[in-house]
Amino acid sequence: MAFVVIQFLNGLASAADLFLVSAGLSIIFGVTRIVNFAHGSFYMLGAYLAFTLVEGVFGPAFGFWPGIVAAAIAVAVLGGLLEVTLLRRIYQAPELFQLLATFGVVLIVQDLVLLVWGPEDRIGPRAPGLEGAVSLLGHQFPRYDLFLIALGPIVLGALFLLFRRTRWGILVRAATQDREMAAALGVNERWLFTSVFVLGAFLAGLGGAVQLPREAVHHTMDLEIIVEAFVVVVIGGLGSVTGAFLASIILAELNAFGIVIFPEVTLVLVFLVMAVVLVIRPTGLLGRPEFAIRAASGVAEPPITPQSEAARNWVFAGVLGLAVLPVVADAYVLSVATEIMIFVLFAISLQFLMGISGMVSFGHAASFGLGAYGAALMIKHAGAPMELAFLAGIGLAALGALVIGWFCVRLSGVYLAMLTLAFAQIAWSVAFQWYGVTGGDNGILGVWPAAWAASPIVFFYLTLAVTTLALVILRRIIFAPFGFGLRACRDSVLRAEAIGIDRRQVQWFGFAVAGAFAGVAGTLYAFLKGSVFPDVLAVPVSVDGLVMVLLGGIQRLNGPIVGALVYKLLQIVLASYTDYWRLVIGVIIIGLVVAFPQGIVGFFGTRLDTLLMQRRNNS
Amino acid sequence: MRLEVHKLCAFCGRAQILFDVSLKLERGEVVALLGRNGAGKSTTLKSIVGLVEQRSGRVVLDGRDITYAPTAQIARAGLGYVPEDRRIFTELTVAENLLVGRQPPRSGAPAWTEKSLFHLFPNLAELSDRPAGEISGGEQQMLTIARTLMGNPAALMLDEPSEGLAPLIVEQLGKAILTLKQQGLSILLSEQNLHLARAIGDRVSIIEKGRIRFEGTMAEFGSDQTISRTFLAV
Repeated sequence: MAFVVIQFLNGLASAADLFLVSAGLSIIFGVTRIVNFAHGSFYMLGAYLAFTLVEGVFGPAFGFWPGIVAAAIAVAVLGGLLEVTLLRRIYQAPELFQLLATFGVVLIVQDLVLLVWGPEDRIGPRAPGLEGAVSLLGHQFPRYDLFLIALGPIVLGALFLLFRRTRWGILVRAATQDREMAAALGVNERWLFTSVFVLGAFLAGLGGAVQLPREAVHHTMDLEIIVEAFVVVVIGGLGSVTGAFLASIILAELNAFGIVIFPEVTLVLVFLVMAVVLVIRPTGLLGRPEFAIRAASGVAEPPITPQSEAARNWVFAGVLGLAVLPVVADAYVLSVATEIMIFVLFAISLQFLMGISGMVSFGHAASFGLGAYGAALMIKHAGAPMELAFLAGIGLAALGALVIGWFCVRLSGVYLAMLTLAFAQIAWSVAFQWYGVTGGDNGILGVWPAAWAASPIVFFYLTLAVTTLALVILRRIIFAPFGFGLRACRDSVLRAEAIGIDRRQVQWFGFAVAGAFAGVAGTLYAFLKGSVFPDVLAVPVSVDGLVMVLLGGIQRLNGPIVGALVYKLLQIVLASYTDYWRLVIGVIIIGLVVAFPQGIVGFFGTRLDTLLMQRRNNS
Repeated sequence: MRLEVHKLCAFCGRAQILFDVSLKLERGEVVALLGRNGAGKSTTLKSIVGLVEQRSGRVVLDGRDITYAPTAQIARAGLGYVPEDRRIFTELTVAENLLVGRQPPRSGAPAWTEKSLFHLFPNLAELSDRPAGEISGGEQQMLTIARTLMGNPAALMLDEPSEGLAPLIVEQLGKAILTLKQQGLSILLSEQNLHLARAIGDRVSIIEKGRIRFEGTMAEFGSDQTISRTFLAV
């Protein structure tokens, strides 16, 4: 019994920083409708800044608490600067581009942290006055954890008073419900947005700072916490601070007890709880009805039509050009070209999911990685030949997409997107933790193609053939009745259902098709690299896909091809010049979002259309 | 407060909704903007306060060009807007809704307080602490007007305030709007309810398919039956 109580208290203590981060994320989303990926970066910066301030500037002995508060305030100021200099420029852009911009910030902060603090873990001091442990029910319980347990409810209470008792809080709640109406009553949105962002960043910074005495500060904590915070927000309900509080406790307790009871299935447990909550209450425990992510720009997009003769010729010329590439290129160039084609295929499958089916995924890496692991496991455990492994990879990816999709089509908008991310993260941790089967972070080696396909040239052609075939099939689907059904559901669920389309069924299959094709890409990737590591399931792969699709223009047929080409080339070239390629890519992403809010192909495509129309009118 | 609208055009995607709409609202005057469902009344009002993104033309408030000013600034300049669908903050209480609309007193415009508004709309007084989502449609209509009045506007645009309300409530509402008129507010009233428009309007503008088709005094409008038959009869 005593053990259960202690473990429960442990859970409560770890819920504190999770709550601080999730509350900030939720408040910012509620008012600005921005899913702030950079929120994890604020958390990480809070931790690093606290470390520096406590260890360095203020001196270790007396400066702990001022250091913690100063770190949180510094992060709040940074958040305010970010809002004023970047986000303010892109509030008119589609939500997904805003997301992309905040992810650019994540990349920049990751490299800045490496530059400033280096790659090694940093260990903070104990909190003065709260060192050591107290005796509780015969167990030793850290004093500092008692402080953390109290911190959560204190912050919740403070936020409650702030939102109920101050005019600022009432304005924030009004703007969360109806931004336009608040503006029509004279509420200055700009000022409100900035202040909300400052508050959210402060909470995240504080969350990072207060865990300094508890855990080492390291440079991957940004993505770890943001994924957990997404899960919390999905369970608790977007825009609800109380929901975030409840959900962070649920999540932290599941972790606390899961680790002692079944360490291997903790994540599965988390996922089960989330699934149950979402199936019963699709908007989370205390969420509002719907927050839809607009995939398009708000202006009615012209429907996707079969591409023009000219565009088709371009694609055809591209394929032909690739076909003669092995004549002039060496093995390195061929392997780069093969990798780019694989990511073109990956991007096409994601565009099919997002642009055609209208389901935004933050976790498309799950399908890519399942494809890769499906093939690798088949080879490792069954000694199967490449052809069979290839099918196994596609099968596993399709199966995974069917399972994930079953849950996802019950949601829409931001909730769906966050759920996909959570599933991908679960797949990642299964691969990472299940040493016996997946080899954990040692990965699976020796995933080589069959003898006939072993030469880089043959594998290049194989990839080209598969990618081209996949492209043709997906195009075929887009302009088949099934594709029309998908687009109907994307544009209006109500109308689609009213004319007899089984929305869930159609979207479910759409999800599975997209997953299967991403699996094809993943399988090819495994054979190209000859090995599989958990990285193929990790957040950066999902985000790479998002960047490619959005850069290319989500509603453009050839968008993902251009996006994947440009982005992957950029990545490969930059990585060969500098270790800090994330920093450069982050800056480029932000620059592109600010310059081309419709995507590259969208931007030039629209201008091309106008030009063609003018020419036609002149003649 | 004078409001002038010159050749206002509004678009939704590639579709044009308003075609060169011009209106004039003089100080202390009530102009009724009449038209059938979908004629462009609401879009006209929304475009004036900047809630329609794609628009062209010129909107001038007391000599100041506010065409592309942010919505909040237009409200701060003294132009109050009461939307058609009420857009009450349902998660807030009645009193909190009023608080959102509050602005400092303005010279040349009546200054409202929560108390004086409760006097104008007696029903609201007892509901002060109720969540606004739980009050009746008529009460919500009173609240949405009261909320805009908290900003002490010098000119007011009302979008179909009588829509969906019982006749008795419409009568109450008409009295309240008349009181506002007597206090010197300029009012642009978009309506389908001819009875209400006749009772309080000084001049009439009729909009059809996004174009102004008639402008004149209430007397001119009343003397020519063909006008209302051509543009308003269903």
